Amino acid sequence: MEQTESTKPRIGRFALFLTFSRITLSSFGGALFWARRGLVERQRWLTEREFVELLSLGQLLPGPNVLNLTVMVGYRFAGWTGAAAAVAGYLGWPCLVVIGMGVLYQHYGALPQVQRALAGMSIVAAGLLLATVIKLAMVLPRRWRPWLFGMLAFVGVGIMRWPLLWVIGALAPWAVLAAWKEKE
Amino acid sequence: MDRVDLTALFLHFLALWFVAVGGPSTILPDIHRYLVEARHLLTSAQFAEIYTLAQVAPGPNVMYVTLIGWHLAGWAGVAATTIPLLVPATTLTLLVGHFNERYPDAPIGRAIRRGLMPITIGLMFASATILMRAVNHDWRGYLLTLLTVAVVLRKSWNPLWLLAAGALAGIVGLV
Repeated sequence: MEQTESTKPRIGRFALFLTFSRITLSSFGGALFWARRGLVERQRWLTEREFVELLSLGQLLPGPNVLNLTVMVGYRFAGWTGAAAAVAGYLGWPCLVVIGMGVLYQHYGALPQVQRALAGMSIVAAGLLLATVIKLAMVLPRRWRPWLFGMLAFVGVGIMRWPLLWVIGALAPWAVLAAWKEKE
Repeated sequence: MDRVDLTALFLHFLALWFVAVGGPSTILPDIHRYLVEARHLLTSAQFAEIYTLAQVAPGPNVMYVTLIGWHLAGWAGVAATTIPLLVPATTLTLLVGHFNERYPDAPIGRAIRRGLMPITIGLMFASATILMRAVNHDWRGYLLTLLTVAVVLRKSWNPLWLLAAGALAGIVGLV
């Protein structure tokens, strides 16, 4: 394992824990925006392209894709204990926060101000997600085929509302085959 | 609310996560069916409330399963609904991550990564637009969403300020 990791920066478990803690505790309305910001923009541990690649693998695997990304990033930089540290940071805090909010909500949840504030935050959160996708789309090669596959995935799930599994099942084999033939 | 069978809950969530390809939203309908219709552990309104609460809490949106566990059976419930979430990620994902790191130049790995990239982006774009339509009820909401996009693409302000501004706009009734 040592020789394969020699080209990558060695990042400590504690740094992984801290970075993923920071990402998750900022993640209002979805983690994707903050994961990209933390890993690509702030820490520069991954390039834009590496981020999308790991996210794609995470998408293909069962479970939340950013959690899968967390596992793979932790593993890449510090082996399986790194993966454990990253996951502890990523899921540990939200677990406590969500329980704390559950307790608070029983007391204050019905307040109309709270509900209106939450509604306003989700509107901004939708914008954060949309901006992230636009930034990530910039790494796609300027050729028609990748954009066609992206468009088909968007229409299938976003407009036709077909089940995600069907859409991935129908598109992924062709997309992978096309990418396989493209490069020697 | 009836007594909660934690073992059954644990096993049901465990089975679900192994088929949750593409993320938590794929299994949401089944979680709803199981908890509300099959087991009568929650009402549909309670389910929606818990889901919304977890959406706005910091952290991944999937934490609503943790909150459901807490609601049903305290810490034991948290364990029963949250640990299954970790199982695919700690087995399958570590395995795939391992091979991806070990053989970064394997043609099959490269074809999978490159081929899936546009699909991932298309799917995320779909999520973003579905979310945008779900949270916005009139043109002022859409304007705030698009304003957020413009600010994020042009400025490097800390987005927590944008979220705070959103909360404020909600409280004073602008959106």
